Amino acid sequence: MGVADQIADLRDHGLKAIQHNFITAKLESLVNWSRARSLWPAQFGLACCAIEMMATGAAHYDLARYGMEVFRASPRQADVMIVAGRVSQKMAPVLRQIYDQMMEPKWVISMGVCASSGGMFNNYALVQGVDQVVPVDVYAPGCPPGPETLMHAIFTLHHEILSGELLARRSASSTGGAGIAVQQLDGQTATATIRGGHG
Amino acid sequence: MAERYGAPVGGDRPSRGQAVIHPSPSQWFEVAAAARADGFDQLIDLTAVDYLTYGADRGLPEGVQPERFEVVASLMSHERRERLRMRVQVPADDPSIPTLFDLWPGAENLEREAYDMFGIVFEGHPDPSRILMPEDWSGHPLRKDYDSGGIPVQFKAASNVR
Amino acid sequence: MSTTDIAPTGAERVSRREPSAVLRMSEAEAAEIGGDPDDPGDDELVLLNMGPSHPSTHGVLRLMLELSGETVLRSKPVIGYLHTGMEKTGENLTYLQGGTNVTRMDYASPLFNELAFSLATEQLLGIEVPERATWIRMLMCELNRAASHLLFLATGGMELGAVSMMIYGWREREEVLRFFEKVSGLRMNHNYIRPGGVAADLPADWRSDVAELIELIEPRLDEYDTLLTGQPIWRERLQGVGIISAAEAVALGATGPLLRGAGMAWDLRRDEPYLFYDQVDFDVIVGIHGDCYDRYAIRLNEIRESLRIVAQIIDAMPSGDYRTQDKKVTPPPRARIDESMEALIHHFKIFTEGFKVPAGEVYAAVESPRGELGVYMVSDGSSVPYRLHVRAPSFVNLQTLPHLMQNGLIADGIAIIGSVDPIMGDVDR
Repeated sequence: MGVADQIADLRDHGLKAIQHNFITAKLESLVNWSRARSLWPAQFGLACCAIEMMATGAAHYDLARYGMEVFRASPRQADVMIVAGRVSQKMAPVLRQIYDQMMEPKWVISMGVCASSGGMFNNYALVQGVDQVVPVDVYAPGCPPGPETLMHAIFTLHHEILSGELLARRSASSTGGAGIAVQQLDGQTATATIRGGHG
Repeated sequence: MAERYGAPVGGDRPSRGQAVIHPSPSQWFEVAAAARADGFDQLIDLTAVDYLTYGADRGLPEGVQPERFEVVASLMSHERRERLRMRVQVPADDPSIPTLFDLWPGAENLEREAYDMFGIVFEGHPDPSRILMPEDWSGHPLRKDYDSGGIPVQFKAASNVR
Repeated sequence: MSTTDIAPTGAERVSRREPSAVLRMSEAEAAEIGGDPDDPGDDELVLLNMGPSHPSTHGVLRLMLELSGETVLRSKPVIGYLHTGMEKTGENLTYLQGGTNVTRMDYASPLFNELAFSLATEQLLGIEVPERATWIRMLMCELNRAASHLLFLATGGMELGAVSMMIYGWREREEVLRFFEKVSGLRMNHNYIRPGGVAADLPADWRSDVAELIELIEPRLDEYDTLLTGQPIWRERLQGVGIISAAEAVALGATGPLLRGAGMAWDLRRDEPYLFYDQVDFDVIVGIHGDCYDRYAIRLNEIRESLRIVAQIIDAMPSGDYRTQDKKVTPPPRARIDESMEALIHHFKIFTEGFKVPAGEVYAAVESPRGELGVYMVSDGSSVPYRLHVRAPSFVNLQTLPHLMQNGLIADGIAIIGSVDPIMGDVDR
């Protein structure tokens, strides 16, 4: 019986679920479980994506359900950095400094196409992909990604941390991050071909 | 030739309901001061255009010598609900004109942006520095001879390995 | 409509040269002065850096503050941390693609960016937009204004500790976004208003959707009035904080709620009517004291006015085309492409080369939730703008910040930044 099942039993049946006064688990899974269940994001909103990130934290999508509503202003208290928006050349050193100030273990979600690749702005001003500055674990597509897509990216990260898969992916990747790209799930059209539109 | 505040009016192209005047660089400040005294109480906008590769007719009135840069200021008179556009030709070899800061303090950010993006110097500006690009940036991005994209990341302090 | 006398013009009252409220100092100079924390004699003035990643600075605004104790003497907004080079990118995109670029500037009110861009393009082209398209534009823009001001209430509330307002503001904004998604396919950055009209007609049941939105939001605005206005702490934090006079606001180029808060009734929708704003009835909300509280009250009441306009649009909406039938800018309908070779070629050319726009210059301005949003565009007769400049209201309004913050406390500075409501995408572009 894995630790997750035991926790589920506890949740469903309360203390009655505990037949003996102790739970056995692998230390590694316990650590992974606790890490995945209280990921505190560093507040690093930059542009449009930051608005959607706030929407994800607000009433309708309620990130608090996953223990993630506490956006920390101090990087030292944060576990995951959600890079939400365009990273300019001027911002890149700031971003790296904040990343360096975060305690290990730490994770990075690149939210939106601008953070992931520069998006539609291939010009002098933007860093063409935040993975040139910090190692990225999950890329969320969209411009901006809807709250569902961001949550999908977060769940993917949770899952990878729980299963320990993340570390394997990191050591296999050349950038230092796990580099998982998720699908856009919010139902918004990526190509903006809309009903009755110009297309 | 029609004049307003001592500067040539208009061009032969329609200005879409807004009056346009073309002061020379040496007239720039005094024409602006005359407009200000005449009720144009707000400097709405100030920007520049680099006409380096412009192929079409620029619509300048007779007697105005076209130069590479043009600084464009939009003025607003709230009392008369009237707008006025001032276009001044700024030569490439000496891209400088007097600042409008003493007439409208709101010119500060706009002139800094024009300096940052085009390298136009505003004489007498209280803070002639870059505003959008990093202080140690080289070049003026909105000039037509500045490459638009594909610039490698300048920030190299971090290795990508954890 | 309420009116106030036009304030006397004058830059005289704004401190122009040194000594000034603006701290004009480069980073290198600031680093040199430094100050020695271990030197007991070095305790008079402190240079403090705030931002660019700070929870209360509305994104990536950075401030350099010169402090005496907790009092702000001079300050300097340091911007450019979100500079995206959009004006340069705009020179490489056709007039049809340009909307995708400008809509990402002021991301809290994307439709206004598209509107100003489209109006400028249409004036250069000299084309008329069908009536229905114009009314649709007004409908969407006013809903966007409401959404943008709701965002101001939410974030402004959170910054001052009224965290519940954060949740409530987003709740209503989410409803508006849902309608936007239904109409345009996207929650933000719609690229919906395009040169020649709008991208798609409204969905069949839009009237009931919009009526529901009004019904939902209006009574809740009264709740926020009770929650915020009725709360002594909220009033105490805002009243008498960050005062600016009309003359100062005009001299510094401020527009929008900042200017109206200082008592000057100036709203482009009324004073330079564009679209069909001269056919709807609404009030221009004006403050008296020019403090943070007035700016808050103006935005709250502007949501009411926007909903009032929206209600009139429901009745006024004519039938007809949602985009111009001018073949030059509008591709043929989908069905025609399957039948006609010419239509296919025409469609292909519009989306690959774009349409050519006569040479000339134009400045078109609209009243965005933050003030005058203008587009100055130069065309050289090709299918891409030769120069695309956006007069961003947040960028100009930000100049008032040092004057508003001078001689106030740092904590008041938070309230002041919130009340100026800069959107950093709009500032840095």
